[in-house]
Amino acid sequence: MTIGLAHYLTVSAILFTIGVLGIFVNRRNVIIILMSIELILLAVNINFVAFSSYLHNVQGQIMAMFVLTVAAAEAAVGLAILVTFFRNRGDIEVDDASMMKG
Amino acid sequence: MTLVAIAFYIMALITVASGFLVITAKNPVHSVLFLILAFFSAAGLFVLLGAEFLAMLLVVVYVGAVAVLFLFVVMMLDVDFSKLRQGFANYLPIGGVVALVLMTELIMISFAVAERGAAAGNEPQAFTADATNIETIGRVLYTDYVYLFQAAGFVLLVAMIGAIVLTLKHRTNVKRQDISTQVGRQRKNAVAIVKVKTGEGIKE
Repeated sequence: MTIGLAHYLTVSAILFTIGVLGIFVNRRNVIIILMSIELILLAVNINFVAFSSYLHNVQGQIMAMFVLTVAAAEAAVGLAILVTFFRNRGDIEVDDASMMKG
Repeated sequence: MTLVAIAFYIMALITVASGFLVITAKNPVHSVLFLILAFFSAAGLFVLLGAEFLAMLLVVVYVGAVAVLFLFVVMMLDVDFSKLRQGFANYLPIGGVVALVLMTELIMISFAVAERGAAAGNEPQAFTADATNIETIGRVLYTDYVYLFQAAGFVLLVAMIGAIVLTLKHRTNVKRQDISTQVGRQRKNAVAIVKVKTGEGIKE
């Protein structure tokens, strides 16, 4: 039994679904939501690298690097917002984060 | 079963299982640790695909920086996390159904693409001695994608400045040392010579 492209895409699909499910079920916990976003971006990266490898084209790996960059930036800014929110409110419940009346 | 297949199944299983534990663990510190495990085994999958540089990048950037940043924030915030888990069971049924449908569709698309897409029948990129993975990446990244590369650096700069601006706080009722006023202090502003008559003292 050989490992083909479909196997990697399946792992990526399952990981993506886990990330989406994590956002659904942990609606109040913003830290877990940020981690779920990281999982989704990891699934995207697996997809990019799998296609890059099976199409013999390195551009997919370049794109995966850019996704990695944006994910790191997003995590840094997201956690900074979280720290500021915690400092102002004393908790991190996002359900009643409606100060801006948006 | 070949060794590659065994390695793939072990790594894929660990990635998926730890990904699932990230979203279900009661303690967020455990979630972060499982996130690290998921990234680490995903790096193993990248090695199997021949993307060694990206695998090392994943370990260094994610495990070394992003996951540790998460761990730092989780441990720094004094939050009752059990309260935040309320509603977990409420959202589970509908979320599970949506996730199941999404996963089935994604896997069906994956198999269709893998069997009939542009990559159908291809073997994964082989390791060759004359052009290593990092050399290939460097040749493309610093020529065709050099502007995007610069833009990525700019994104990181903006994120760094943004994080600093968001978390920097100037407290108003705290005494701080101000070197310039300290050094620029003149004698006439600081010292007053008062003639005091005997037995009267000074009024202030």
